[in-house]
Amino acid sequence: MISREEFKTIAGKGIWKQNSSIAQILGLCPLLAVTTNAVNGVMLSLATILVMAISNLAVSALRNFIPHEIRIPVFILIVAALVTVVDLLFNANLHELYLVLGIFIPLIVTNCIVLARVEAFAAKNPPLQSTFDGIFMGVGMLWTLALLGAMRELIGAGTLFGGIDMVFPSLHPIQLLPESYPNFLLAMLPPGAFILLGCMIAWKNWMDARAAERAKLKPPAPVAMAGSH
Amino acid sequence: MFAPAPFLLKNTSVSQVMLQVCIALVPGIAAYAWLVGPAILVQLVIATLTALIAEALMLRLQHKPLAMFLPDGSAIVTAWLIALTFPPLAPWWLVVTGTLFAIVIAKHLYGGLGQNPFNPAMVAFAVCIVSFPALMSQWPSIGLQASLIEQINIILGFSPRIDALSGATPLDAMKTALKLGEGGIDVAQLLANQDIYGNFAGRGWEWVAAGYLLGGLWMWQRKLITWHTPFAFIGAVTLISGALWLYNPAQFANPLFHLFSGGTMLGAFFIATDPVSGCTTPRGKLIFAAGAGLLTYIIRVFGGYPDGVAFAILLMNLCVPVIDLLTQPPIFGMKDKA
Repeated sequence: MISREEFKTIAGKGIWKQNSSIAQILGLCPLLAVTTNAVNGVMLSLATILVMAISNLAVSALRNFIPHEIRIPVFILIVAALVTVVDLLFNANLHELYLVLGIFIPLIVTNCIVLARVEAFAAKNPPLQSTFDGIFMGVGMLWTLALLGAMRELIGAGTLFGGIDMVFPSLHPIQLLPESYPNFLLAMLPPGAFILLGCMIAWKNWMDARAAERAKLKPPAPVAMAGSH
Repeated sequence: MFAPAPFLLKNTSVSQVMLQVCIALVPGIAAYAWLVGPAILVQLVIATLTALIAEALMLRLQHKPLAMFLPDGSAIVTAWLIALTFPPLAPWWLVVTGTLFAIVIAKHLYGGLGQNPFNPAMVAFAVCIVSFPALMSQWPSIGLQASLIEQINIILGFSPRIDALSGATPLDAMKTALKLGEGGIDVAQLLANQDIYGNFAGRGWEWVAAGYLLGGLWMWQRKLITWHTPFAFIGAVTLISGALWLYNPAQFANPLFHLFSGGTMLGAFFIATDPVSGCTTPRGKLIFAAGAGLLTYIIRVFGGYPDGVAFAILLMNLCVPVIDLLTQPPIFGMKDKA
């Protein structure tokens, strides 16, 4: 069904190499708007993962039956139906969080990353691979949103996991910095999100550049040497 | 320094220019320290040290030679402008945060001196007034001066007496009073309050602004700046404030008040004239500065912030590439719009 190598490639691409937020820079609207704390970012990402996994699976399963000319409306219909389900689930089970995330749950329909994966991957690949692609693209989004949310929260309010009581009523946010910390409000405002996202993209590029440099310095693999004899 | 055609070589280095800008700021600083309080000198030291450390760190990270770039003095001018635009009794970390943001993010992350599209000092002001609005609007009342030791204690956070010593700026006080008065109060009555207002603008502050004017004129006489920017900035503020004052003198203060209040003089001579983030063509400078002056007046009179210079300059910084493109001077020997 799916080889180990294939699985690894899909996971690596989703989590790091083609990370939706810091490599493809897609879906920035929810990314910038909801990451005022880590919990919001994680919950929106979980909703997106759910939508992406099932929509990739559905589109991949139907890919041979969807007429090429009208594929985009069909994709959108499938995604919209799934988002409606997630929207109602959130409303029923996590109502407080639903009020905080507000319009951004229905807006998953228009999130570029969902349509991009459906169009670029699921429409051309078998169902299992497509499902994994949806999940790992979502995981890539999850950790970037969680990190960005945690940074904004910490700098802007000195807390971590604010709003966690909306998901698990028994847990409380952690006050990481002393009460006297003057909240650096900019981090909570849209410019703070842009600046920190810029720093994260720079960090990824720096890591990639360093990895490329190391790969260049490494002597050629011994297997290749053996072949030349 | 770079200037558009005719490309006459001026044999001045960046550090010489920056040193002279610092000298030009001295009359304003002296008036500030004398009339408002010596705390400003402490803030200047804090800002300068922070700026130099941040500058050295960023140069190290970029593998640029420290000996060549650190003494160019551009960081010091930024630091001084930050200290002069922040409230003098603000806690030390506020100035440090602003300066770090200016040098690290607004200057070096955009490529360093000569590459930054926004004036670093104004970015620092905008960031801090958005993040810490309460602290950024506590200005010392001129009548209630504390000793230097107490002022230093306030800055370092040992003494909580800031509330007793501070109030709104003359500009802010006038705006609030006019808003609360709802037409029942007029400007002349307000200006009669000698605790806040002096001979022609804010008490004490008017002479600080006059000091900046003096330093600015000296810079113009030394050909460090051309006449375009200050002329257009001051002209725009005078025109719009004069027009509204003639229309309704009870609700709008006279042009003289606006010229010598807040950051008008500092903005016109020292901030809008920044050769990096401002326009370079002569006509462009006129448009840039006139726009900045107009926005300054609109923001300070109709907006929610105590003064509008920082946001006006930043907004006009955004327009600089377009203005520069559209105001290219004609090539020598060619007709205009060749």
